[in-house]
Amino acid sequence: MAGGDDTWRPLARPLLIPAWAVIGIFAAVPVFLMVVYSFLTKEFRGGVDWTFSLAAYDQFFVTRGLFGDEPAQVEWTYITIFARSIWQAAVCTVLCLLVGFPTAWFIATRPERSRGIWLFLVTIPYWVNLLIRTVSLKFLIRDNGPLNDSLMALGLIDSPLPLVNTNLAVQLGLFYSYLPFMVLPIYAAVERYNFALSEAAADLYASRWTTLCEIVLPVVRPGIVAGCILVFVPALGAFLAPDLLGGAKTFMIGSLIDEQFKGSQGNWPFGAAVSVILMTLVLIALILYARASARDGAREAGQ
Amino acid sequence: MATAVDIRDAVKRYGSVTALHSVNLSIADNEFFTLLGPSGCGKTTLLRMIAGFEDVTAGEIRLYGENIAALEPNRRPVNTVFQHYALFPHMSVLDNVAFGLKMKGVDPATRRARAGRMLEMVHLSQFADRKPAQLSGGQQQRVALARALAPEPKVLLLDEPLSALDLKLRQAMRVELKQLQEQTGITFIFVTHDQEEALTMSDRIAVMSQGRVQQIGTARDIYETPLNRFVADFIGETNLLEVEVHEVRNGRATLSLPGGERLTCPSASATPGRHALSIRPERVTIAATGGLAATVERVVYLGTDLQVLARLADGTPFAVRLQNAARTTVPEPGSTVALQLEEGAARLLAD
Repeated sequence: MAGGDDTWRPLARPLLIPAWAVIGIFAAVPVFLMVVYSFLTKEFRGGVDWTFSLAAYDQFFVTRGLFGDEPAQVEWTYITIFARSIWQAAVCTVLCLLVGFPTAWFIATRPERSRGIWLFLVTIPYWVNLLIRTVSLKFLIRDNGPLNDSLMALGLIDSPLPLVNTNLAVQLGLFYSYLPFMVLPIYAAVERYNFALSEAAADLYASRWTTLCEIVLPVVRPGIVAGCILVFVPALGAFLAPDLLGGAKTFMIGSLIDEQFKGSQGNWPFGAAVSVILMTLVLIALILYARASARDGAREAGQ
Repeated sequence: MATAVDIRDAVKRYGSVTALHSVNLSIADNEFFTLLGPSGCGKTTLLRMIAGFEDVTAGEIRLYGENIAALEPNRRPVNTVFQHYALFPHMSVLDNVAFGLKMKGVDPATRRARAGRMLEMVHLSQFADRKPAQLSGGQQQRVALARALAPEPKVLLLDEPLSALDLKLRQAMRVELKQLQEQTGITFIFVTHDQEEALTMSDRIAVMSQGRVQQIGTARDIYETPLNRFVADFIGETNLLEVEVHEVRNGRATLSLPGGERLTCPSASATPGRHALSIRPERVTIAATGGLAATVERVVYLGTDLQVLARLADGTPFAVRLQNAARTTVPEPGSTVALQLEEGAARLLAD
């Protein structure tokens, strides 16, 4: 309705103020502060001294030996933590996709009345704090926890499986934490999927598998991509699961950053620098993806 | 002529609900066959059973002699034009049309060439690189048609393909569809609730209602000699009168109308007793005297025709259609006239 638009036009800017304020206060300002902090000098017992310094980035990338008197070399410690975190987050994303897609498909193909109940069941665990759920998970999988006890009672194993403080436990924790972030966007996409397309594909001699690969997946791809981003990005920065379920060997980026801001051992500029590096990596990945899909779209349209 | 599709005692039940009661149909090779009926009559269910999207509760569906009732849809040599087209939104028009050929394993060069020819046939060559969403409804319709025809199916199934188009386009597509069918020599099975569509395109029509085939015949058959009330009423307009048949002799029945007037008309099989009589409004002329007495209530101007709404002496409503010609005398509302039936105008129905 053009008339309605005209009536509201003078109010458009004032009405946008709350949204801009929220974005400014909760997104732009913190990111800006973090970038600024990463270039400041570390203050003892946390906090920062307002003098410009590249020490945080130097600490991340360069080592000069234990006493700082050797020639500069590449510092691998933090790069290794990054690589491990990216790997864990990638594995978590793939697992969530493998489980989440069939789950979302199942829910979206239920009769309309029962879909609400299924979605409710998926989201119910998220009413409980993530910390408590992660601790519970640790109880479940510890040496004399219910999982090992039942496996031993069944005679499948003789001694408890050492699960706590392993990569597997961290992976399990990440997978459990982020699965719904995969299910919900894929559900939204599948729910809008026109099942006549699958019939049309079958009518044109496509097998079920071919229909899935050539018709269903491309059509619901936006949902899958959204789910993957929603799982991968937070899994990359997660610190609860690695902290509680893992040990020193499973140290991840999230824990590293977390540590820099806690207690007197912290190093705020270093924590900020690690965050900036992480954010930069994620942004580069997203931009590369956006470019690639734009090119795909252009190529398909130009065929 | 060879039989393309032979449906024998096909039954479809959903739980306790029976959607189709023992349907028997035989559709010839190269025939333009239409399933016509109101919504919920089972016509789309039957089409989907032939395509393989619905399984057959009981009975057989034979395609050129082979029972295909248990085959998956992707193994049946039939293709469908869907009601809302169901074009693949992420593929170009050309890729949509080539999809069936790709699935059949035709090499890329051949399938592109063939898909290009199909697009030429439906006058859409210049849109080959577009996405379906960039086309109008009528163009999408023709892409759906080209896509279904490209793999050269033995039988083409069309599920109310014209229902989403506006009137002018629908009329143009009717002619185009009929031409395509004649040009390709493929058997068409066409589902519609629009009797005009059915009458103008079909070689034969099966009129369906409540999960049963009521009558099968050419357009002329079902219009001129409807078997029962449903067919007489659903196809075109008619006057249905409750009559009493006294006797049937030598293929002619003697009956009395609700007002007591006697009449004889051809009858193949009617038995004495109460029946319905169908009289088409355009097979009646209006005279001053010498016919069924009726009172004119209203005259409706329809452009090419005039519709005269009258009542018989006993109060039964009766409609007459007169051609809007210069020589036509228009009866005055309120006047008493005589309705004269043309020979063969009255049809005795089975029920």
